[in-house]
Amino acid sequence: MRKIDFNKAFLKVIIVYAVIFLAGAVVAGIFGVNLDINFRGGTKISYSYTGELKDADIKAVVDEKLEPKFELTKSTSIAGDTKTFEISLVGKNALSAEDQEALTKALTEKFKDNKITVYNSTSVSPTLAGTFLLKSLVAVIITAVLVVIYVGFRFRKIGGVSAALTALVALVFDVFVTFFTCVFFGLQIDSNYMAVVLTILGYSLNDTIVIYDRVRENRRLNPQGEIGELVNDSINQTFKRNVVTSVTTFLAVMTIVVVSELFGLQSLRTFAIPMAFGIISGGISSLFIAGPLWVIWKRSRAKKAA
Amino acid sequence: MKSKRTGKPVFFIVFLLILALTYTAFFGIENYYGDTRKVYVKGAEDIRWGIDIRGGVEAVFSPDKEDVDITKEDMEAAKSIIETRMVNQNITDYEVYTDSDNHQIIVRFPWAAEESNFDAAAAVQELGETALLTFCEGESNETVILSGATDIQKAEASLNQETNQPIVSLKLTDAGTTKFSAATSRLKGSVISIWMDETMISAPTVNEVITTGEAMISGMESAEAAKELADKINAGSLPFALTVDDSKLQVISPTLGSDALRVMLIAGSIAFALVCLLMIALYRLNGVIAAIALLGQLAGSIACISGYFGGADSFTLTIPGIAGIILSVGVGVDCNVIAAERIREEFKKGKTIDGAIDSGFKNSLSAVIDGNVTIILVSVVLMGAFGTPDSLLAKIFSPLMSLFGSQVTGAIYSFGYTLLVGTIFNLIMGVLASKFMLKSISQLKLFRNPAFYGGKKNA
Repeated sequence: MRKIDFNKAFLKVIIVYAVIFLAGAVVAGIFGVNLDINFRGGTKISYSYTGELKDADIKAVVDEKLEPKFELTKSTSIAGDTKTFEISLVGKNALSAEDQEALTKALTEKFKDNKITVYNSTSVSPTLAGTFLLKSLVAVIITAVLVVIYVGFRFRKIGGVSAALTALVALVFDVFVTFFTCVFFGLQIDSNYMAVVLTILGYSLNDTIVIYDRVRENRRLNPQGEIGELVNDSINQTFKRNVVTSVTTFLAVMTIVVVSELFGLQSLRTFAIPMAFGIISGGISSLFIAGPLWVIWKRSRAKKAA
Repeated sequence: MKSKRTGKPVFFIVFLLILALTYTAFFGIENYYGDTRKVYVKGAEDIRWGIDIRGGVEAVFSPDKEDVDITKEDMEAAKSIIETRMVNQNITDYEVYTDSDNHQIIVRFPWAAEESNFDAAAAVQELGETALLTFCEGESNETVILSGATDIQKAEASLNQETNQPIVSLKLTDAGTTKFSAATSRLKGSVISIWMDETMISAPTVNEVITTGEAMISGMESAEAAKELADKINAGSLPFALTVDDSKLQVISPTLGSDALRVMLIAGSIAFALVCLLMIALYRLNGVIAAIALLGQLAGSIACISGYFGGADSFTLTIPGIAGIILSVGVGVDCNVIAAERIREEFKKGKTIDGAIDSGFKNSLSAVIDGNVTIILVSVVLMGAFGTPDSLLAKIFSPLMSLFGSQVTGAIYSFGYTLLVGTIFNLIMGVLASKFMLKSISQLKLFRNPAFYGGKKNA
């Protein structure tokens, strides 16, 4: 197999990532980021119905009942057997149980023929939403610290702490990819999103560690080798494994995307689509960012020392 | 260095063990004595699904009055009362957690199977009621004679023998008996009203002094209403009223739930088959072994989730929990891919079958261990950060997490758990079982050809 120069490709890959992120930021600026009530607080009620319903008619009823601004979204599963509409009030105080009940009553009375029933309802107060976000962040930070300590120790022969830090930089790229996937697909960032981020962190980290393991082994075989060559050889040696694992896992997750699309399951969409793209990015960032960035670090340190 | 050869039967023994584990983990072992089902080993159908998958209710209760000093004991008492109330409503697979630091009680329960039109809001409201029964002087509830919290021992629904009307008969405690006999003698001829919280149930006139320590509540609408009231009294009253307003309430309908479950099963089976086919296409015999090991890993995870043994509790599996399984399977695939690629490299160096398999596994070990241990670290932190406040891991992390107030986010906890058990089983199956199976099967005459392992064909 032809040898790829990953150190050389580093800049190109960074540019590709930058372009994607920029485009994502533009899309987010125009269409906004669909943050779920778990992160901002609010109430979300979805109703299932039969027959036809006009948006304007629903809005008229809800307007009468609710003071604050709300959003209305309608969806139908591809199979066509489940129709739902969703009313969400984001950022405001959560609706009380009585208010929700009154709203449901008004809707069912107005549209008697459409058999409206509550499909799913969630309320989160803004304070609770804040704690959730903060706690997620703390968990991620604790994890990062532990990973740096463990990787730093296990890879101490090749300067593990710096290797762990560049691995973490690669993870940041992956997290942004999952985020912008949600932006591009107009997916809601909900409580599933945290699970996606954590999965991608674990996956990408594992990917990077396999490369570092090879570097460690090659360093043992060739203690005098130049770091750039050593890392590049190691990435080339683990390249096929990286591709096979990424493609296999990607296919498995895509299967979930396809099946849940067929059944129109929103709760699985917001979870499987960003995960699929995160896995691809996890593979790419381990190959093109973590290792090469580490080489840059090591080389600049060597220069300073000299 | 010459390593010991693995005997030929080892493959079949390990393979059969994995098959047995897979079969029992998915289908369970049970017995029917007439209509009673006795479960020896729990199968996949005994898994308790999270409310995001099968539908249900999640509510976070907090006390009405914030300023009142609420002790940990109060919270525990409230929790046990809520549990009793749920059992009374025939909800048995509930989860209740208390968070004493923030004075919250988190309740999750699924939809009752037989009820399609379950009024979740009403059920939740009922759970949060104080449910304090009082006997009061006159027709207002200002002067309390007897309080359900201390003076009533037991309530029972029955029929009034004379009128044939449903009633609730009460057995008073010793203290209650003394108070009641004093009150009935003082108030003979006037009214004593009976209250449930702020609602007056009945207001009978006292006809005689009652010293037996027995009282009854009449005026029940039906026998069911009488039973409900008796259950409520027996469950006890909360030390304070609880509300769910402005907090978290989540209701997911069972239709959404059963859809998600069906989709998950279909998608999971297809994805798993696809992964196995891909592995076999790429790595031949190594791929077959990998598929068996992955099956074993999956079965191990399922067993850890369902509780496996008849008496054990099932873990609650949520959508993020399934994400954890996917990641652990992904890591499991990786572990087999690394080994298979390493074995291929060894063949390129010109090694024999035994030599290539031996050093292939040996060389892949450090990468697999480091990758897996890192993931185990991540999963342990998640379980600590998002676990129930009284779990062991949460206690270890509590000094850090208490800075931010604890909140149960069961979904993420579920992710941590399935990831942890999945990764541990990956170490058992992907590292140990795979190695034994491959080393053993390579001793068979049929498979003495490097082509089966990704090497060059024997000339």
